[in-house]
Amino acid sequence: MTIHPSLRPASSSAFVETIQKHAKLLIPPIVCTAVLLTVWQLLCLAPDTKMPGPIRVLQQTYELILNPFYDDGGTSKGLGWQIWISLQRVMIGYSLAAIVGIALGVLIGMSQFMRRGLDPMIQVLRTVPPLAWLPLALGIFQSSDPAALFVIFITAIWPIVINTALGVQQIPQDYNNVAKVLRLSGREYFFNILVPSTVPYVFGGLRIGIGLAWLAIVAAEMLKAEGGIGFFIWDAYNAGNENSMSEIIIAVLYVGLVGLALDRLVSYLGSLIVSEN
Amino acid sequence: MQTLINEDFTPQTLQPDPFLVVDNLSKVYPTKSGDYTVLDQVNLTVSEGEFVCVIGHSGCGKSTLLDMVSGFRQPSSGEVRLQGKQITQPGPDRMVVFQNYSLLPWKTAFENVYLAVNSVYPDKPKKDKEDIVHKHLAMVGLEEAANKKPGQLSGGMKQRVSIARALAIYPQVLILDEPFGALDAITKEELQEELLQIWTEHRVTVLMITHDIDEALFLADRVVMMTNGPAAKIGEILDIPFPRPRIRTQIMEDPHYYTLRNQALDFLFSRFATHD
Repeated sequence: MTIHPSLRPASSSAFVETIQKHAKLLIPPIVCTAVLLTVWQLLCLAPDTKMPGPIRVLQQTYELILNPFYDDGGTSKGLGWQIWISLQRVMIGYSLAAIVGIALGVLIGMSQFMRRGLDPMIQVLRTVPPLAWLPLALGIFQSSDPAALFVIFITAIWPIVINTALGVQQIPQDYNNVAKVLRLSGREYFFNILVPSTVPYVFGGLRIGIGLAWLAIVAAEMLKAEGGIGFFIWDAYNAGNENSMSEIIIAVLYVGLVGLALDRLVSYLGSLIVSEN
Repeated sequence: MQTLINEDFTPQTLQPDPFLVVDNLSKVYPTKSGDYTVLDQVNLTVSEGEFVCVIGHSGCGKSTLLDMVSGFRQPSSGEVRLQGKQITQPGPDRMVVFQNYSLLPWKTAFENVYLAVNSVYPDKPKKDKEDIVHKHLAMVGLEEAANKKPGQLSGGMKQRVSIARALAIYPQVLILDEPFGALDAITKEELQEELLQIWTEHRVTVLMITHDIDEALFLADRVVMMTNGPAAKIGEILDIPFPRPRIRTQIMEDPHYYTLRNQALDFLFSRFATHD
């Protein structure tokens, strides 16, 4: 008991402190989630309800949860594969939206004519919901896959355009004065001033864009898509068997989790580049 | 007095047009309630290599005057000529040291200066351009901070980078808009002394706006005092006869220093006091 009398309380209190610190962050969400799940369970106790409670959901879907990567051919695949298919769609549509959106944003930011000319159109189009684009896209492309890509693209592009244009307009006058007095060439101005001072705004737009692109996935895969998490949800709904609701609930939960992960990923990438500045 | 001071800098043969001429310069802004005249027929000539400070109350159009020399603003009437050529736009021959440094935060001190050197001397070999940058960073005592970004530098160091950037492109006229206004007193004095040192070595013509009478007396060959706006003019020009190189303590002991200082104070706070 005489060994290291001073170390013992110090280390144990540090340990307790860490626990307490994490507990402060962890206890509220655990408590709230537990309460919510209990309420849900209680609400679903009624015998004639169509809505399964959380326990029932787990009972009916634990095979789906445990085997995310089974593949029985066709569109009968595990949830992991379905999400992967959706992610590929989102990545293609979103990448196109990023490329076109940034280019358009720079153009609008730099030219007053384009800003005045395109702003009314953008303000109208950006409020059109993804579901409203779907019939149009199917009509144009006559095929569900490109239509899905188009819906993702057209949903994600607006915040990217708007933020990029704003970023270009917000380049501080000081930097423009430096460019003027040094008579920087267009190329020098673009790479040394325009791009770096616009990057934080662009990433703001890209972050909103990825959220919207993922939001659009369920709508985009609503009709005749070849797999995907949105397809899975509609497929389960149309199947209408006793497991359907549970499968939909689990898939919707996955959609949320993936959306959160995408948002964090883009904001992490943004912070890497912005902190470089 | 004036001929004595400017002897060193006056060209041997009389030229038809002096180095820098502000010729009958006016600036008028149209507003809803009629025209607002900021500057009214300002005339000033500056010799090559001269150090001129412009002093006056806020809103008297000092910055507007210098903006028309740097070319950021266009005069409503009259013109500014540098070596006989009318100034119509900003250019690296009239480099500006901005009050808020205007360094690009994503570039290191070295890269900030290099951008300027590279854009003004694109045809020089890379090695030469890098040497120019290093030389000028050394000149302001910032060799060791060359790879730091502005965010990691103090206000005084940022302004040093800004001065290094301005001088590295060898401008004919150096324009400083209250360069030391945001700095603490000690840093300010250090930078004033460095600026004088650099000015002596570079033999560049300097136009500098300041609020600080002591700063103007320590630095300038002539102090241009502006009347209050609207329709400001040059009210009076003080010749500062102290020999160079100047040593602050010696100047402040000179009885003539207080005569000049009182003259400037009288101009600014009695004859053209701001009434607010």
